[in-house]
Order: sequence, then structure tokens, then C-alpha cells
Amino acid sequence: MKLINYTLLYTSIALLVIVGVWAGIFYINMLDEIYDSIDDGLSNSKLLILQKAQTDSSLLYKKQFGESNYSILQISEEKAMAMRDVYKDTLLYMDNEEDYEPVRLLTTSFSIKGGKFYELKIISSMVEEDDLMEDLFYSVLWLYVVLVGSVLAVNVMVLRKVWKPFYRLIDYLQQYRLGKESDKVPVDSTVREFKLLSETVSVLLERNLEVYNSQKQFIENASHELQTPLAISINKLELLAERSDVSEEQLQTIAHVIQSLERLTRLNKSLLLLSKIENKQFAAEEPVDFTVVVKRMVEDFKDLAEFKEISITYHEQEELIQYMNKDLAEMLIANLLKNAIVHNVSGGVVDITIQKNAITIQNTGSLKALNGEKLFSRFYKESIEKGTTGLGLSIVKAILEVYKATIQYRFAEGRHSMVIHF
Amino acid sequence: MKILIIEDEPDLLESITQSLEKESFLVEKAMDFDAALDKLLVYEYDCILLDIGLPDGSGLDLLKELKKENRKGSVIIISAKDSLDDKLSGLDLGADDYLVKPFHLAELNARVRSVLRRKEFDGQNILELKNVSIDFTSRNVLINKESLPLNRKEFDILSYFVANKNRLVNKTSLAEHVWGDQIDEADNFEFIYSQIKNLRKKLKDHNAQIEIQAVYGVGYKLIEL
Repeated sequence: MKLINYTLLYTSIALLVIVGVWAGIFYINMLDEIYDSIDDGLSNSKLLILQKAQTDSSLLYKKQFGESNYSILQISEEKAMAMRDVYKDTLLYMDNEEDYEPVRLLTTSFSIKGGKFYELKIISSMVEEDDLMEDLFYSVLWLYVVLVGSVLAVNVMVLRKVWKPFYRLIDYLQQYRLGKESDKVPVDSTVREFKLLSETVSVLLERNLEVYNSQKQFIENASHELQTPLAISINKLELLAERSDVSEEQLQTIAHVIQSLERLTRLNKSLLLLSKIENKQFAAEEPVDFTVVVKRMVEDFKDLAEFKEISITYHEQEELIQYMNKDLAEMLIANLLKNAIVHNVSGGVVDITIQKNAITIQNTGSLKALNGEKLFSRFYKESIEKGTTGLGLSIVKAILEVYKATIQYRFAEGRHSMVIHF
Repeated sequence: MKILIIEDEPDLLESITQSLEKESFLVEKAMDFDAALDKLLVYEYDCILLDIGLPDGSGLDLLKELKKENRKGSVIIISAKDSLDDKLSGLDLGADDYLVKPFHLAELNARVRSVLRRKEFDGQNILELKNVSIDFTSRNVLINKESLPLNRKEFDILSYFVANKNRLVNKTSLAEHVWGDQIDEADNFEFIYSQIKNLRKKLKDHNAQIEIQAVYGVGYKLIEL
């Protein structure tokens, strides 16, 4: 849910409650005030009628409300003594409305000289509660709508304006790739919180970059430092293998150790190569014709392909000339071609298609699709092919990233395809 | 033939020395910049193996010095850095070859032989081994004066074995030399077997007095019959 919707949702709920409670209290207070003033009026009428009744006895026979607003009825003394002033709401038939309408009724008793007791009823027309309530309801509803509307308007404006730096920061972070060169974190807000956020993000990224760089440096240094001990070990074993007093069995063991060391050497070289590609140490660029590169690589791998009884074909549908480092271009094709041959089946095929902005390398092989997501991560191996480093496709990906190209893996009709898009 | 090895790592120096002495080279050693400079300025060498990363100076400076003095010895740079810049500047300064650590001793032999041959024969680059004569310039092989037709790979394999005659050549080393670095991960080099088989058959059919022997599990060895 968007922040604006959240704000709006909670504000509207809060406003609904606040305005509702306010309307309730306002209604009760207003009603109370109205009753108060009506009752005051009734009480005043009572006094006037009582004064008049003391002098004008004709009043005492007014048993119906009729045209005036009071009626008088003679009652017994006991009853009169027991009576108090009572204000109550009641209904009275109104001729003008042709309906029963609510009225306020004051019932009281009085006596006149001579010991006669009377009951006095005075009425006063009343506010129609339902009308009042309806009016109030609509007023409050309008108030509510206007309030929510203004909250929405203010929010939209605030989000647009004040949150701009926030969205800029989000954009920046979405574009950000660790180890890739990028601009500084945008810090251009006057809002303290956003400024703080930008600064914190900036510090965080710097720290991450530092760790990333030192790790990269570590891999590079470690690989370099490994070269000499590897050279010493391999060469010493080679000399040992040549000694005449080595038995056949010992020779096999030595051969195995040499093979392991060679594998270690390859791993090491691949790691160094990856670091170098990522550090952009292959700077020299020139127009590279991929038809020429593919042709040469196919030639280089001819013997291996023949041995595995795999036929390699390639078509140039369109010329593909890319401005890049030639060694990297060769490494790119070599790695993909090598994979296509090594992870193939006897009698299989490898087919390379060159298009204007794409190269497709298709090969037969395992009948299951490979894990396209993990395929390009370091040391990921689907098969237990001996002697592979598991770094080939990482190198491919690193090369392509230098030139902002992409690679996709597809599996269809028993064929694995790698499609490079420049 | 006199070879000077300039290498600061004693173990590596020892192995290289042993290997080259087996090839009947006269080997001298220097372990730092100053010792190397002293030797280079006083004596003439046919080949100099030069480690770039010396503790007290750069091998490239030694190379500059050497070229300033106009010495004719071939120089092979040995470096732990597989860096294109180093390689280019080394070759620009007049080095004859560039080898990255770790390397196979057989590869080193082949490189040394190759630079020595290039210097020595000036076009007349022919090696005789029993009844086999190999012309490295025209890439022709004669057995008993009869031509032995070899394809490119077969010739490369034979040259590599000849440079390492009577030495054990391991499969990886051969594959990397003949098929290049790109091939190095592919399978376990079983495929080179078919090439060797063809070459062996050709040599035998022409009654060559050399033979490539398989050393099971390790590699091959070229011997004179």
C-alpha cells in the first residue's frame, strides 16, 4: 500500500471517529440548550398564568389547550400536594401539520385563595429532533468529506514535493551495483530526516565498497602469492617423476598430485582473470569481428570436438562487429564453446549463429534444463565433469558486464542455448 | 651453452637449475638484482631467465641495462604476474619470450630451445636427431632424407618432444603447448591421445630411430632407439 493511501486511510478513520464523537456531543449539548430555553419559557408562562389566574377566575375553566398553550383542571388537595413541576416531551395533534408533533409539556399545580387546587399544563412547540438530527448529520458529513479531501490534497502535494529526494534516493539505490562506478548519493533535501537518510546510506555504501574492494584485493593478492609455491611444487614433482628410482606405483601417485596442482593452478588463474576483468584491466579496445573470432575458436577446439565426435557448425546471418578487447572476445567465445563441447554427448552437435547484435551457441547435451539462475555463479557445477573449475560462465558473465551485454540461457527441444545480446 | 637464471625463490631456482642441467646446459644462478647485474656485466650468456619481481629491483631494469650494453644473449622473462602490460613492456624492451609462473619444466625447456635456435642458426634452423631431421623454419621433417608429411599439430607435438628428448613430458604440459591455454580445462586431455597415436604410427612407418613412449597415467617420453 502506498504511503499516501496509508496516511489517508488512518486519517479518515481518525477523522470519522473524531467528527462522529464531536457531532454526538454537539448534538446533545445543543438539545440540552434548547430544552433549557424552552423550559425557561414554560416556567415564565407558568408565572404569568398563575398571576393572571389569581385575578381572572375565567381562566380556571379552560380545560382544553384550544387556541392558547395551557389547560387548567381542578384536582383534589392530596393530589395537588403530591405534585411537583414536571417537564416532559409528549405528542400533540397539530392542525397545521395534520399530525402528532412533539411538544414540551410542563405539568404543575397551584391553589388560589379559597383553598381550591388546580392542575396546570403548559405546552410549547419543540424542535423537531429528527429534522435537527438530519441537518446536523449532513453538515457533519460535508465537514468530513471536506476534511478528508483537504488531507488528501495536502498529502499529495507534500508527497510530490517533500518526498522527492526520498524517491530520488530509492532510484539511486535501485541503480546501484556494488563495485560498479556510480555517482555520489544524492543529498539535496532540506528535510532533516531525508538528509540523515541520504548521509547514512552514503556511509553504508562507502563501507560496503571498502569491504568489497579489500576482498577483491585479497583474492587478487592470494592468487598472486599462490603462483610461486604452485610453481615450486609442480616443478619439484616433475623432477621427482623423472628419477630412475621411482617405482611405477609412486609415479602414478606423483602424476595424480601434479594433476591436482594443475587444477589448482587453473582455478587460481581463473580467479585472477575474474579479478582483472572486474577491475577493467583489459583496457585496449578495437573493433572485433566475431565471425573471425568464432572461426578461430572453432579451429582451436576442432581436435577436442573430433575426439568427442561432436560436429560444430556456424552461420553468420549478419556481420557482428563489436568494439571491445580482443582477448576478452576470444575468452568469451572460447569459454562458451568449450562448455558446449565438454557438456555434450558423443555424436552431438554445437551450432553457432551470429546475428547483428547477438550470438547464439546451441548444443545438445543433458536432456534436462540446467538451473538458469545459478548457472552463472562462481563454482556452480551441474555435472561432476573432472577438471572443470566452475568459473567458466562466471568469466563469461564478467566479460559481458564490462560491455553491458547480457546472456540468457534457454532449453528447448533437447537443446541448450546461450544467447548473448550486445 | 651458458644459461643464467635470475630468480629470488631458492626452491624454484633449484628446480629450474636441475632441469636445465639435465639438458647439459651450463647453469649459473643469481638471486638478487645486484648479483645478477654483476654477472650480466662481466660474462656473456646464451640465454637468461629473468624473474621480473626481484626483492631489490625490477627485472625490467636489468633487461634495460642488458640491452644498453648490447649483449646478445636471449632473454626469457619469468613472472608471477600474468599481466599484459608487463609482457608487452618486457617484449618491447627486447625480451625474446615471456613465461608465467607456474610453468612446466618441459615448457621451459621448449622455450629455451626455441630462443636458442632462433639466435643460433639465423634461418638455418635444422635439428638432427638420429635419422630424423627437423627444419623448424620450413616446418619440414625428413627421415632418412625422405619427407615425413605432418599436419600442424603433429609437427608442434614432435617439436615439443624433441625439445624435451629423454624427458618425461606430462599430458597437460603438452596440451597447453600445442593447443594453447584455452584448451586447458577441457576433459582430461584424452583427446590428445589420438594425435599422438597418428604421429607414432607415422614415425614407425618411416623407420624413424626415435620413438614416443607412453608413460601410463603421466604422459609421454621421446627416446632415441
